[in-house]
Amino acid sequence: MEDVELRKLDEILDLGVTSEQYHSTRRKILQAIEEAGTLVDLERERIASLGKAGVVSQWLKLIGTVPPENRPFVSSRFNRLKDEITSALAARRAMLEAAALDARLAAETIDLSLPAPEAPKGSVHPISQVMDELAEIFADMGFAVATGPEIEDDWHNFTALNMPESHPARAMHDTFYFPDRNGGGREMLLRTHTSPVQIRSMLAQGAPLRVIAPGRVYRSDSDATHTPMFHQIEGLVIDKGIHLGHLKWTLETFLKAFFERDDIVLRLRPSYFPFTEPSVEVDVGYANEGGRRVVGGSGDAPGHAWMEVLGSGMVNRRVIEAGGLDPDAWQGFAFGTGVDRLAMLKYGMDDLRAFFDGDVRWLSHYGFSALDVPTLSGGVGMPV
Amino acid sequence: MKFSLSWLKQYLETEATVEQVAARLNAIGLEVEGIEDPAAKLSGFRVARVLTAERHPQADKLQVLTVDTGEGDPLQVVCGAPNARAGLVGVLGLPGATVPANGLVLRKSAIRGVESNGMMCSTRELELGEDHDGIIELPADAPVGMAFAEYHGADPVIEVAVTPNRPDCMGIYGIARDLAAAGLGTLQPIGALDISGSYPCPVEIRTDDPEGCPAFYGRVIRGVRNGPSPQWLQDRLKSAGQRPISALVDATNYMMLAHGRPAHAYDLAKLNGPVVARRAKDGETVAALNEKTYTLDSGMTVIADDGGVHDIAGIMGGAHSGCGEETTDVLLEIAYFDPERIAATGRKLNLTSDARSRFERGIDPGFLDTGLAHLTELIQTLCGGEASEVMRAGTAPDRPRIVHFAPALVEKLGGVRVEPGEQKRILASLGFTVVGEEANWEEEWAVTVPGWRPDIDGAPDIVEEVVRIHGLDKVESVALPRADGVARPTATSAQKLERRVRRAAAARGLHEAVTWSFLPEADAEVFAPGNGGLWLLSNPISEDMKAMRPSLLPGLLSAARRNLDRGASSLRLFEVGRRYLRGEAGTSDERLTLGLVLAGEKTPRGWVTGKAAPFDAYDAKAEVLALLAEAGAPVEKLQVMIPDALGPGPQFHPGQSATLRLGPKNVLARFGMLHPQVAKHFDVEGPVAVAELYLDAIPGRKGAAGFARSHYAPPALQALTRDYAFLVPAGLPAGDLVRVVQGADKANIAAARLFDDFRGQGVPEGQKSLALEVTLQPLEKSYQEADLKAITDKVTAAAAKLGAVLRG
Repeated sequence: MEDVELRKLDEILDLGVTSEQYHSTRRKILQAIEEAGTLVDLERERIASLGKAGVVSQWLKLIGTVPPENRPFVSSRFNRLKDEITSALAARRAMLEAAALDARLAAETIDLSLPAPEAPKGSVHPISQVMDELAEIFADMGFAVATGPEIEDDWHNFTALNMPESHPARAMHDTFYFPDRNGGGREMLLRTHTSPVQIRSMLAQGAPLRVIAPGRVYRSDSDATHTPMFHQIEGLVIDKGIHLGHLKWTLETFLKAFFERDDIVLRLRPSYFPFTEPSVEVDVGYANEGGRRVVGGSGDAPGHAWMEVLGSGMVNRRVIEAGGLDPDAWQGFAFGTGVDRLAMLKYGMDDLRAFFDGDVRWLSHYGFSALDVPTLSGGVGMPV
Repeated sequence: MKFSLSWLKQYLETEATVEQVAARLNAIGLEVEGIEDPAAKLSGFRVARVLTAERHPQADKLQVLTVDTGEGDPLQVVCGAPNARAGLVGVLGLPGATVPANGLVLRKSAIRGVESNGMMCSTRELELGEDHDGIIELPADAPVGMAFAEYHGADPVIEVAVTPNRPDCMGIYGIARDLAAAGLGTLQPIGALDISGSYPCPVEIRTDDPEGCPAFYGRVIRGVRNGPSPQWLQDRLKSAGQRPISALVDATNYMMLAHGRPAHAYDLAKLNGPVVARRAKDGETVAALNEKTYTLDSGMTVIADDGGVHDIAGIMGGAHSGCGEETTDVLLEIAYFDPERIAATGRKLNLTSDARSRFERGIDPGFLDTGLAHLTELIQTLCGGEASEVMRAGTAPDRPRIVHFAPALVEKLGGVRVEPGEQKRILASLGFTVVGEEANWEEEWAVTVPGWRPDIDGAPDIVEEVVRIHGLDKVESVALPRADGVARPTATSAQKLERRVRRAAAARGLHEAVTWSFLPEADAEVFAPGNGGLWLLSNPISEDMKAMRPSLLPGLLSAARRNLDRGASSLRLFEVGRRYLRGEAGTSDERLTLGLVLAGEKTPRGWVTGKAAPFDAYDAKAEVLALLAEAGAPVEKLQVMIPDALGPGPQFHPGQSATLRLGPKNVLARFGMLHPQVAKHFDVEGPVAVAELYLDAIPGRKGAAGFARSHYAPPALQALTRDYAFLVPAGLPAGDLVRVVQGADKANIAAARLFDDFRGQGVPEGQKSLALEVTLQPLEKSYQEADLKAITDKVTAAAAKLGAVLRG
């Protein structure tokens, strides 16, 4: 068909381009494009065909010389050829470019088994982590966090807590003293417990009151299981009609939430603390599993035992008075426990002294990610 | 407090086992610290008879025995004891038994080629005595084959921790009383004994210090024969951890352990003149029974005669007048000493004793005559003798204390409902006398406190008595009522800030350490605040823990050194905690601080980075700025100040450190390289970058701003940048130039960032070239040439004030 039509070029028109020429030129150009090995070769072919002086460009100029009635025929034929070449050029260009890119990328191959630059990894100390956990648990029960000085005076640390000068319990506290006295003539010491914060909170905030007071405390005691500095958390509730039952519920709720176990069993034992009356020591049942204490179950169950975890009781009337409140109007409970020990029980460390060494190997192992923020929705504990 | 079960059962009629007793003790507040059950220790040992004893063929000192164990064929046992011989009845440990003294587990074995099926034991090996010269020899009629524990009559020993409020339980009788109240048995009454004597007390007894010694009773027993106590007494004392000495001494110790009632026996022959309780004279000395000499003062009470001090009253007797083998006449002292006086004296002399621990808790002032009568009887039983009449000097404080208490309080405070009748029963069984009606829970009772309970002084104490005997396990959990309204944050802003910076630092690759609050004084001195002095402990646990830290850096530097010593190559440590300064009026000023130490390699040698790189001051600066930003400090307003009076201090490299301040005075942080001398002091090698953030100095948010942020819409027009290079004096801090350029045209300049600091070719000597990229943000319409020229003019003019010249 094409050839029949193109014969018109020879028979009807006299353009100086024979169908023979048309055909052979077309073939040559398309072949050259097909064979262009590089983008430079391809460009040369483009110039040779479609460039200003290119064969096809020259032919296109001839269209104007054709009488109008035949112009559409010639124009369509020549432009079709131009389009054909143009798309051949584009196809070849795309192919050559893809090949060149492939080659370049192949040359850019790197060894990805080489190490990437490492960002240093940090950690949050287990004590801080557990303090955050405790704050979260107690916030849910409406306890605010309170603080007080660690360098205390003997009134806040002892006298106000119903331990007057000659009280034998004072001697049991292994207190660190300073030679200094404060403006009121009170002896300065390192607080032996977080309980002075009870007094400070009552004096500062009055009642009703629900606070926890975590922090450093100090006892002149150092052996495998005692360090002269450790961490306690104190809890205090002052309100109307608060009794031992509320204390028991609070401690149960706290320990269950902290260890995330419903089977926590508490054993309350009468005890003695000068600042509470009645006083209660709290044991929790645990099992020995693989040399580790695993909290849960009754201490009386087979393979289980009790371990003391908390001291607590109903706040002594004298302490409420020292806090500036009327003990006939207000009553409440207080409790205290060791944060370091809670951390050890929950997360399985066995050496208290390592807590204060700053050994990065230990910190990397037992520390927590910055993103391990204890929340009630995401869980206050961080599983392995 | 330790005691054997059989001793307890002398006062408490009960069938209870040792486990039941222990469980009940725990339940009523007498915490069981341990149970030693010798039967358990002695399991695997049995009474056995040696049938034959032959020389060991390979060893001179060994014998080969055949031993009849009461069942089956006799066993062959190798034995090294010289007294092993045919016919001897002793104790054989069978394979599998654990030797109490050393924990060795016995096995069937060959000793020098001869089979041995156990061990014949000495008393020491079974922890029954000190004798180790030979094996135990039992009477010839001891039943061969019987478990030795059974033969020996092993008596379990219970140890309880007695809280300081319970002097009554420093005696076994008091413990028995509590157990009886708790329903574990029947308390045997302390019988009333005839206290009359057959002759007047030949010694004058007097108290010249009625404050320290309100009551001093005594009597003489003539014609006693002192010597070792009988075995039953020795066993009891040993069970309580008390060493038997002689019958007279053992009798007083027995009284103390049984009834919590210390007493003293003097050898009358060694006394001279009236025996008087009086204040000591300053400087007076006494050689005490512990073979130490104490120097006394007038604040202490002593028992003395014309010859001198014989007793540090209520604490320890003197060596001179103690009873010995030769004692024939004895003066018994039973006295009531003031608890506070005893406590103070004991503290001052740093002398603890069984007597002190009881007197200072407060013994029963009503147990003088009865105690003395029982002691007399015991001594007469052990040693014979004839007792004089009792001489009584002074009177014990008469304190029938009455507590008013409404039975309703038990439920109100204790959270458990106990019927008034049961409350009365409990109180009565503990020795309280209760007067009051049971019908009305709110009506107060008059409760008279027994003399042995000095701890009871208010209604809550009565609640405790009722609840602990009734059972704390009967207290039901009751939920704390939830506060009405919306839950609000329970942490203060300071606490939230602390948590934020802690996690920010950890996220930036630093490890949080917790170091001691106390330091060696020398370390603290290096970082001493200079103005107020250090807090130094009077009684540090060691010199390494003497000074409260004035900075977090010393502790972190020591931790860094320990890590480096262990081979750590790179250290990024931080701590959030308090530093301890002097506050007003002698109080402490404890400031929340974050310290950080960067030591060792910042980057290890690497295939990209080449050689390892150390930390520099800019690393510390980067941490400080990032953490301050997280802490909510207005970082854009902070100024980097070169060292001056406000910091960073002589601990830092003077040319590579600075403070960051908000305004001229408020230092929020100090950072930089550690001074090489300080690094040397802490023994840390290589360059160390450190920083300290004063978290307490960061201004808090003002007021309750709510949650909505200020309005902002990103500008529609695109920002563009212009670069400016200035020649400035070499000493000009680049930050100053950046700040003035940034502030040159606040309406248009959104940011200015330094990207080049060049000295060398093309830059005159004494100058440097600083290049800044300035970001311009058109707001309403795009910039025209004229606008840009105006901005450049403002930038150039502002920079010129610092002596900066725009480069062409």
